[in-house]
Amino acid sequence: MTAGRGDAVSGGAGPVADWATDFDHTDPAWVADPYPIWADLRQRCPVAHSNRYGGAWLPVTHELVSEVAYDTEHFTSRSVVVSQRRPGPDAPPAPVGLSPPISSDPPFHGAARRMLLPAFTPKAIASLEPYTRELCRELLAATAGRSCFDAATEYAQHIPVRIIVKFLGFPEEDADLFRAFIKGVLEGINEPLDRRDVLLGDLDGYIDAQIADHIAHPRDDVTSFLLQAEIGGTRLTRNHVRGTMILLMIAGIDTTWSAIGASLWHLAQHPADRRRMAAEPELMGTAVEELLRAYAPVTMARLVSRDFDFHGHQLTEGDWLLLSFPAANRDPAAFEAAGEVRLDRASNRHVAFGLGRHRCLGSNLARMELRVALEEWLARYPDFGLADAAAVSWSAGQIRGPRTLPVSVR
Amino acid sequence: MPAATFRVHVDPGKCQGHNRCYSLCPELFELDDLGMSSEIGSGAVPADLVAQARLAVANCPEYAISLTEVRP
Repeated sequence: MTAGRGDAVSGGAGPVADWATDFDHTDPAWVADPYPIWADLRQRCPVAHSNRYGGAWLPVTHELVSEVAYDTEHFTSRSVVVSQRRPGPDAPPAPVGLSPPISSDPPFHGAARRMLLPAFTPKAIASLEPYTRELCRELLAATAGRSCFDAATEYAQHIPVRIIVKFLGFPEEDADLFRAFIKGVLEGINEPLDRRDVLLGDLDGYIDAQIADHIAHPRDDVTSFLLQAEIGGTRLTRNHVRGTMILLMIAGIDTTWSAIGASLWHLAQHPADRRRMAAEPELMGTAVEELLRAYAPVTMARLVSRDFDFHGHQLTEGDWLLLSFPAANRDPAAFEAAGEVRLDRASNRHVAFGLGRHRCLGSNLARMELRVALEEWLARYPDFGLADAAAVSWSAGQIRGPRTLPVSVR
Repeated sequence: MPAATFRVHVDPGKCQGHNRCYSLCPELFELDDLGMSSEIGSGAVPADLVAQARLAVANCPEYAISLTEVRP
């Protein structure tokens, strides 16, 4: 069994027999509406297992999700996206991982993360707010005169793409290309491995071209910063720079696109919440946190570092574990009326951005983008609804958000 | 008996820089260059900010903030 750890493992094809023993986060039922599945598992398990992907676990309570997030001894971050290929125990990049610091373990993780933190403080992010607001207004202006359009593809998705383009200093016209890469990495986990390898190779090639361009023409952006950065007096390796750039690109785009889209999906169907947000602008901060709790887009993954007993379950080295922050956020043991959106929820220790040392680096950026996107949307379209509820589609895999969201505006 | 006073404290070993406390109550918390939070000064909470301090405690995902009553 261990000999195959670095090799191909089974995928997620085929219908799910029982969510407790055969779960699959790419199954159409999960993609359409995962919340009843988790509620059922909370009663029955609360740690589900699947033989898919070479063996995977899924705790669905806030308590167990927290325990795993804090336990970097039994769980490694060397691969955070479940796929058909797991890094073997001797796969080269440990403890750096393919995309530091998300894929790194302590102690290397700390240094790789500290270097990036100053770029993401509230003060640093506040400087991007006017640009974000202008961008939202521009996107909304482009919808003028239309009664029906796709809020996911014509509004939500462009906001984080344009911000990350600016952040990393990539050509703006490459936005469609990034989206194809990101979709491939996050949603293409059941694609044939050779096709997946081509995609990952193309992504590396694209990033290398951007690095070469930044070496030839240094400028004031995160890519140039990474090329100059040092850890312990040594410049970062090329693999480290490329991996961090891929991380910032992937982690910064689908996630926020999903949070903006899911919030608009909620507001489209809840006129009372819409009216309240318009009438009480001071509620925006609390409302944004509640929307993040209820529609947390991001599920991370860990690999089990060594065999051990986890609450009566025999975890084996190399097993995947899906770290579902969205499921933790819907746990009634941790949140009163967990299934309800209460825009004025005063006590809200939600874990949409994770917990512990891997807390989402970009949380301040994501919050700012979500808040500004909603403020500008509601200012322009205080009254809107779903144009076709059946046409709404959701992304598959570890990032959950609407990918088609036809709305009618008034 | 004089009214109880409160003191707020951020455990630096637990804070991961979510910045929830800072956004809810910048009067009581400050951030370092890495975005990690700590209480301003001694952490003494003026009477009119006790409710805000409780809110900061109740919104910290890492359970890093404590509010303790100080008897004069």
